[in-house]
Amino acid sequence: MSIAAPPMHPARRRFRPGRVLTEAGAVALGIGVLIWSLLPIYNVLLVAFDASEGTIEFSGNIWPAVPSLAGFWGALGEHARYLEHFWRQFANSVYIGVATMLLTLLIGSLASFAVGRMRLSRGGWLTNAALLTYTVPSSFLIFPFYKIMFDYGLEDNLGAVIATQVTFAVPFAILIMVQYGKLLPVELEEAARLDGASAPQIYWRIYLPLMTPALAIAAIYSLLLAWNDYLYQMVLLSSVRNVTLSMTQAELFGDTDPPWNAMMASAIIYILPPVALFFGLRRHIAASLTMGAVIG
Amino acid sequence: MQQVLGARPAERRPKSRWHAHLHGSDLVWAIAFLAPYAAVFLGFVVYPIGFALWLAARPSLYAQLWTDPIYRSAVVNTLLFVGVGVNVKMFGALLLSGFFMRRDWWVKAILVAYILPWLAAATQAFMSVHWMLIDELGLVDRLLSVTFGVAGLNWLDSRWLALACNITAYVWKWMPFWTLILLAGRMAIPPSIYDAAEVDGATGIRRFTHVTFPLVANLYLVCTLLSTLWTFGDFATVYFVSGGGPLNTSQVLTTLGFHYAFDAAQPGLGVAVAMSALPLLIPVVIVLMRWSQASEGEL
Repeated sequence: MSIAAPPMHPARRRFRPGRVLTEAGAVALGIGVLIWSLLPIYNVLLVAFDASEGTIEFSGNIWPAVPSLAGFWGALGEHARYLEHFWRQFANSVYIGVATMLLTLLIGSLASFAVGRMRLSRGGWLTNAALLTYTVPSSFLIFPFYKIMFDYGLEDNLGAVIATQVTFAVPFAILIMVQYGKLLPVELEEAARLDGASAPQIYWRIYLPLMTPALAIAAIYSLLLAWNDYLYQMVLLSSVRNVTLSMTQAELFGDTDPPWNAMMASAIIYILPPVALFFGLRRHIAASLTMGAVIG
Repeated sequence: MQQVLGARPAERRPKSRWHAHLHGSDLVWAIAFLAPYAAVFLGFVVYPIGFALWLAARPSLYAQLWTDPIYRSAVVNTLLFVGVGVNVKMFGALLLSGFFMRRDWWVKAILVAYILPWLAAATQAFMSVHWMLIDELGLVDRLLSVTFGVAGLNWLDSRWLALACNITAYVWKWMPFWTLILLAGRMAIPPSIYDAAEVDGATGIRRFTHVTFPLVANLYLVCTLLSTLWTFGDFATVYFVSGGGPLNTSQVLTTLGFHYAFDAAQPGLGVAVAMSALPLLIPVVIVLMRWSQASEGEL
């Protein structure tokens, strides 16, 4: 990932013994970080590429003696146990994730625009409301939400999960966008106003394009929030057609003898969309990184 | 924060943004733009929190909790999970963000691997951690015995080891996100400041303590507070890594509240478990609000 180059420190290439030591330390630290980061992921890969479905024990081989795609075929072909509805469940997860992301961007950017740029009033109360949402962490509210979704007629409805994820993603999006908006010049908007542009035109044509880096960060954050969620999906969804991949994997987790390799293969497939989004957006994310401290 | 980090674009900003007063269609549009967020806030923040407070309003619930040994150990676990987890994670992120400032190609490659835990979904990632730790057949113990000939531990069979595993897994998952944020903070420091510091003889650790840290301290504090709020609500780590076991001794408030509300069918008690964390959360929110007001007044 090419996050923009940090500031240069020109002309310092004299040889010093301390420098060799520092470099050696950096390499050692790098190797440590690599092992630390990848060990659990390596564990997933080991099981996923195992030919037999029964083992999660580490056999002592660094890599399966006979690496096999049987687990992946079991998941993709929907013939592994528990994964008979793999694509439907994957689609449900994608639907929740993408809907959460788009709604978060829309609601967050509209509110940030109204308060930050249109100067509706002293904008402080918006960020205060956003922070107030975090006073009670989302997982503390699982039971009230469980009851409330019945009141709203949203029991066993993907929309209920999306609503909760949006609720907890929008505050962070607003914090990011209000802070980032402060770094942007207002001259373009004022010029557009003098030319008679309406507020929605300015929002759509000027504000959103300028805000791309902040939108990229809010997008990846909200997608990951929904992608990481298991609690709300488990509690709010029940029928077979609404089950998500996270729920199935937790169910497999509770079984003592599930098809491990297919399960881990489906876990790898599940991890791919956020990784793809992050690397797709990395240039925009890097742009916001160089603009300055994003949330500070 | 920008004012501290010397954000150049902000200084050019004129005082008035749009114009001082809104009227007519602009006011209508501004209200229309805010309406979706207002609806979400009222329907999914104010109402659920109000409902939760009402469910957990009976003082007898708290008396019952106080006599419950599982609840008391969950309080201690939560304080350790949040206190140790957040600080280790943030300090590690601060140090590693310095490492990732290096421009070598291999450091950039390592950064890609380093952020994978953050991009990996929590459920699946923590299940993998659980299996690495289950017993002598897990990856960690097998690696210990194969490479060092050391007999591993039963990581999840004791309260304190299970808690330590939860904290480690939590740091593993979330440190990359905050590293990226702090990396952004460091990148915003103009190189000229470092050059000036070097002339004054500040290098190495002195450069870190006297130049870098004071400049990112505000950001570091805000991140730590925000992360504290989120960590109190962290459910997946404990639920999947230790499962709250052995015998509910490594539960934290979120997983215990869930356990009471759904497994034990005592919703009032379950919500009361969660609400009992409010005295710790509210001061953090107040500090964050004052920060956001202050940073708004500056600009």
